[in-house]
Amino acid sequence: MEKKTLVMGVIGADVHAVGNKILYHSFTAAGFNCVNLGVMVSQEEYINAAIESNADAIVVSSLYGHGELDCRGLREKCDEAGLKGILLYVGGNIVVGKQPFDEVEKRFKAMGFDRVFGPGTPPETTIAALYEDLGVEPPEESEE
Amino acid sequence: MKPILLIDFGSTYTKVTAVDVENETLLGTASSYTTVQTDIGEGLQNALNILEQKTGKLEFAERFACSSAAGGLRMVTSGLVPELTAEAAKQASLGAGAKVIRVYSYELTKADVAEIVTSKPDMILLTGGTDGGNSECILTNAKKLSKTEPICPIVIAGNRNCADECEELLEGWETHVCENVMPKFNELNIEPAQHEIRQIFLDRIIQAKGLSKASELISGIMMPTPAAMMAAMQLLAEGTAAESGIGELVAVDLGGATTDVYSIADGMPSQANTIVKGLMEPYAKRTVEGDIGMRYSIWGIVDAAGIERISQLSGIEPERAKEMIQFLSENTETLPANEEWENLDFALASMAVETAVARHAGTIEQVYTPMGLAYSQVGKDLTPVRRIIVTGGAIIHTKRTGEIASHSLKDPGQPGSLRPADAKFLVDRSYILAAMGLLGQHYPDTALRIMKKELIEAYE
Repeated sequence: MEKKTLVMGVIGADVHAVGNKILYHSFTAAGFNCVNLGVMVSQEEYINAAIESNADAIVVSSLYGHGELDCRGLREKCDEAGLKGILLYVGGNIVVGKQPFDEVEKRFKAMGFDRVFGPGTPPETTIAALYEDLGVEPPEESEE
Repeated sequence: MKPILLIDFGSTYTKVTAVDVENETLLGTASSYTTVQTDIGEGLQNALNILEQKTGKLEFAERFACSSAAGGLRMVTSGLVPELTAEAAKQASLGAGAKVIRVYSYELTKADVAEIVTSKPDMILLTGGTDGGNSECILTNAKKLSKTEPICPIVIAGNRNCADECEELLEGWETHVCENVMPKFNELNIEPAQHEIRQIFLDRIIQAKGLSKASELISGIMMPTPAAMMAAMQLLAEGTAAESGIGELVAVDLGGATTDVYSIADGMPSQANTIVKGLMEPYAKRTVEGDIGMRYSIWGIVDAAGIERISQLSGIEPERAKEMIQFLSENTETLPANEEWENLDFALASMAVETAVARHAGTIEQVYTPMGLAYSQVGKDLTPVRRIIVTGGAIIHTKRTGEIASHSLKDPGQPGSLRPADAKFLVDRSYILAAMGLLGQHYPDTALRIMKKELIEAYE
């Protein structure tokens, strides 16, 4: 099976590198071809990387609370850049303070994200969602 | 004595350099007008006559040449995203010593294809997509080019998964497939494309440019002059097994029409808490500022630096400076005749060096994050580089070389520019660097030792 390509990274002025590394290893082990942009990633960087690598999904992380501002307009820019319909995920501590997650999810979905994950989501949850949305199976050597 | 002749067929002058490889000495240099329209050998013979008047008759054991005559190696490059594969393609071509006429990104339009045809490039470099990534763009561009008559060789260095298809689409064209300039996202791989470009230059372009007569006169190696310069700088920085180099360096070649900057340095961040953004730049990097030059591109210096700074540095009133600059732009062969003109050239050269090195070097900015202060770097950090090599008429033929060269250093007024913080300036007084790049192909130890001897330190 051809590997699906993900573009991933931590958006905005956020420098939380540990979670990004964990996700990178988890996604790679789960059979994805990962273009990891690391920390402090701008919307344009996600888009440029997705264009060159012909990515199937963009997975945005944010931990520092400003994700809502950073993520605004990403879907529109993707449309503009010819990445129409590309799968967009966002996850982490994506809003300021503690807010009911269903409201947060609603707001991010309205911004054009296909899936929204709250704080403390294990990588397996996101991986399962990727398999489902991209219509692929886990690699055979995987135990899960 | 074992004399070797090194020839640089320039666009205006044919420069010859004679060295004795046995005693590792420079025997002499000379130049004469390039005669590419008639017989390129004529200009060479004239230069040789002048040389032998100084050195006496020489029996050359070998002759090597580089060339930027007849426009040099003129290339058009095409890639996908401007900051990514299009940039990688540009870096590859510049590093191979080409003159890049235009860089295209995304899909070519009909007008673009027409423009390429009229610009008559010597070569086209077609890129786009990481390996296994986007294939649409490069295939579309190949298809569009295939609709016109073949005009020149095409190097295909994009997404490897569609290289074969590109080649098929471009049936009738001379195509050369090589490794992707960006096989993985942000991973630059420009050497294979550069190797291919140089090879085609050697095999084909030289004939097409009326330089083949010259190739009978020489024993080998024809490369574009900037490629020879790049080779010299790399040799000087790295050294050989027998002779140590001088370490990371920046070189500035200030010409009449353009200013070339080379850096042989890894450019990684020199301070903590720095995150590198954008495409990783090559360790051996060349940039060409087409709008910065002492005569043909004199107004470009004014545009970049502002007439006020030129007036301030030269001590000439802005109105008078403008008049003088206008005169120089129309009379490009003019050399400074008195102190006033020397002062103007000093100010222009200083600003040209500052602008060109600032554009070559990376930039850094402070980013305030909720976790504290961080730095975001784009391009190469050249602050730790301790050697700056300067060459070009306006720098060599002045007493104020060191002062001009000091404008390549980091300026406290522009803390974001990652230029060398403090460096020793070395001047190519005898104008031999390209020749040493050529010599270094066969006699690296000798070429290195001659450079170390001939490069003279300049003080501010």
